[in-house]
Amino acid sequence: MTHTEAAIELRNVTVELGGRTILENLDLVIPAGKVTAVMGPSGAGKTTVLRLITGQIRPDSGEVRVGDTRVDQLSGKALNRFRREIGVLLQNGALFTDLTCFDNVALPLREHTELPETLIRRLVLLKLQMVGLRGAAGLYPRELSGGMNRRVATARAMALDPSIMLYDEPFAGLDPISLGVSLRLIRDINHALGITSIVITHDVDEVAHLADQCAIIADRQLMASGSPAELADSDNPLVRQFMQGLPDGPVPFHYPADDLAADLLAAEKQQ
Amino acid sequence: MSPNSTGNRLFDRPLRELGRALLFLFTAISRMRFSRLQVAETLRQVYFAGVRSLVIIVTCGFFVGLVLTLQTYDTLTRFGAGDAVSTVLALSLFRELGPVLTALLFAGRAGTSITAEIGLMRATEQLDALDLMAIDPMERIVQPRLIAGLIAVPALVLIFNVTAIVGGVFFAVFLMGNDPVTFWSNMQASVELGRDFLGGMVKAVAFGFLAAWLAVWFGWSARPTSEGVALATTQTVIATAITVLILDFVLSAFML
Amino acid sequence: MKSSHQIELTAGLFLLLAIAALIFLAMQATDRGVASGPTYEVSASFSNVGGLKPRAKVSMGGVTVGMVERITLDPDTFDARVVMRISERFDNLPEDTSASILTAGILGDQYVGLEPGGSPESLRDGDTIMITNSAVVLEQLIGRYLFNTDGDEQ
Ligand SMILES: Nc1ncnc2c1ncn2[C@@H]1O[C@H](COP(=O)(O)OP(=O)(O)O)[C@@H](O)[C@H]1O
Ligand SMILES: [Mg+2]
Repeated sequence: MTHTEAAIELRNVTVELGGRTILENLDLVIPAGKVTAVMGPSGAGKTTVLRLITGQIRPDSGEVRVGDTRVDQLSGKALNRFRREIGVLLQNGALFTDLTCFDNVALPLREHTELPETLIRRLVLLKLQMVGLRGAAGLYPRELSGGMNRRVATARAMALDPSIMLYDEPFAGLDPISLGVSLRLIRDINHALGITSIVITHDVDEVAHLADQCAIIADRQLMASGSPAELADSDNPLVRQFMQGLPDGPVPFHYPADDLAADLLAAEKQQ
Repeated sequence: MSPNSTGNRLFDRPLRELGRALLFLFTAISRMRFSRLQVAETLRQVYFAGVRSLVIIVTCGFFVGLVLTLQTYDTLTRFGAGDAVSTVLALSLFRELGPVLTALLFAGRAGTSITAEIGLMRATEQLDALDLMAIDPMERIVQPRLIAGLIAVPALVLIFNVTAIVGGVFFAVFLMGNDPVTFWSNMQASVELGRDFLGGMVKAVAFGFLAAWLAVWFGWSARPTSEGVALATTQTVIATAITVLILDFVLSAFML
Repeated sequence: MKSSHQIELTAGLFLLLAIAALIFLAMQATDRGVASGPTYEVSASFSNVGGLKPRAKVSMGGVTVGMVERITLDPDTFDARVVMRISERFDNLPEDTSASILTAGILGDQYVGLEPGGSPESLRDGDTIMITNSAVVLEQLIGRYLFNTDGDEQ
């Protein structure tokens, strides 16, 4: 892979939440203009990485850079200005349930621009057309399926034409057709607009079709990174476990516990 | 362990909670900004908080007026003072029952739905989404509901008082056949606009503010789970009921 | 779900309804009190005001013309001085008007009753009513009835 300019850089980042160290001395580089998949077991801290990039949380130590901006040093107005440059699709879309799809997409435009209503209408319909849901403009989120909700939320995240798009598990719980639609959508957005995309996902198979670059986070660290093909051939047992979906391996099936036999005996003794 | 330290632990949590709720209120007020969007959203919240409480306010108001008149009329006629029934009705409504009962009904009807709404917004990441769109949730979610409560509760108190008086007229004039002219003139003669009526409205504004603040706060601070939201709505009702009654006593003591 | 236009309209109607309620209550159910318009003050001294309180009404011929502003004790004569606010509408009360402290009904509130005299001069702001009848105190009345049945009172 040729060297590309880094759009996002996490340097030596440590995050503690609720007294636990979630990430420790993590280094992560996201190249500009590409789709990067961030993978890892549940609870590994993928969403935490996303929240670092958006400035929702600050690292306990280390640096978070987006372009020339030190996100970990932003606050108030500067942080808000920065956030207009990034679009985020949260895990379940997080559409406003009391607004129609149209109003959901229009919200950031109405809030941050002084555009006349006719122009806003045109922009919103174009964004909805892009995700294939112009026909659902007048519907409420609850009238749409989960996959459609996320597509409307994608349109909303794109409303201000961000230069970076972040998707948190956009494929989780989708049927195969919706999954295919979402996959193509993310790729098209990336290719058509040349923006930097980060996709958090578990879906190993889809990553091969989608991502230019992969990063696996496990055990508070960046475990591996490279193109999907490189990772598929990796010797690293954890990478292999993850890429092949093996139930047990370096990531244990069991939550840490005492020895089973000892536990059972202890229960008997109590009685 | 000294009794003092257990006492500290007992009051530590509620005090910290109170501190956080106050801080939250100050933040919400200090970031107050008035835009066209903000006004439209506030009006929408007046609809949700006020218009949707109308049915319960009108129904309860009518029957409170009815039963209050029934009871006092029965007592007063024993002293040959049946004519004073409209005075008792109006004074107890304006000074106490109107503001207090309306605030309690508002907490049950509108306060709980505000709490549940904001709690669910937190649970479904809608508040995060606002943050990420560089829209301040304090400004777009909290402030309109605070101001709407401040407007809706006094408005509901006025409507409650009118329907309760209608209930009183219904009983005293239509059922008991009292003279309507005496009824109204006795009321007018003994109820003073400033002290009795406007004093009651001062209470209404204070209760509206309190009820809206608590509803928004418990929603905002709810744990983002089903139990968390359920607990928060219960807390809204209980906390509003207790604080409204305490504040009512304090304000009454000041005004008399 | 209603459109935002309808919602705003309904909210506006709701506020109009509340304002109508406000006007109704202010006009129909309350009294601005005689003291709220322009008023003038007169005072009267009584040897005993009984249970008279500030804000009690002042009436003439059954019509409320004002209210009691304050009651103080004269440090020299030890009489109670009752200051009353009379509405400007009744600015032609004769100078020799008399004031009595009366009770509305057997258990009712005490109030000041004014009885017009015949003088062509009118009471002005700050004037004092000279002719007064103190409150009838029930205990004294009963006592007099029990121990002095002479009837040599007026
Ligand atoms: N606000 C928080 N307080 C305490 N712990 C948290 C908080 N947010 C996340 N965590 C913990 O951090 C870990 C990583 O969370 P997350 O980044 O959401 O994982 P995932 O990789 O599944 O997206 C989880 O174990 C979670 O319990
Ligand atoms: Mg996650």
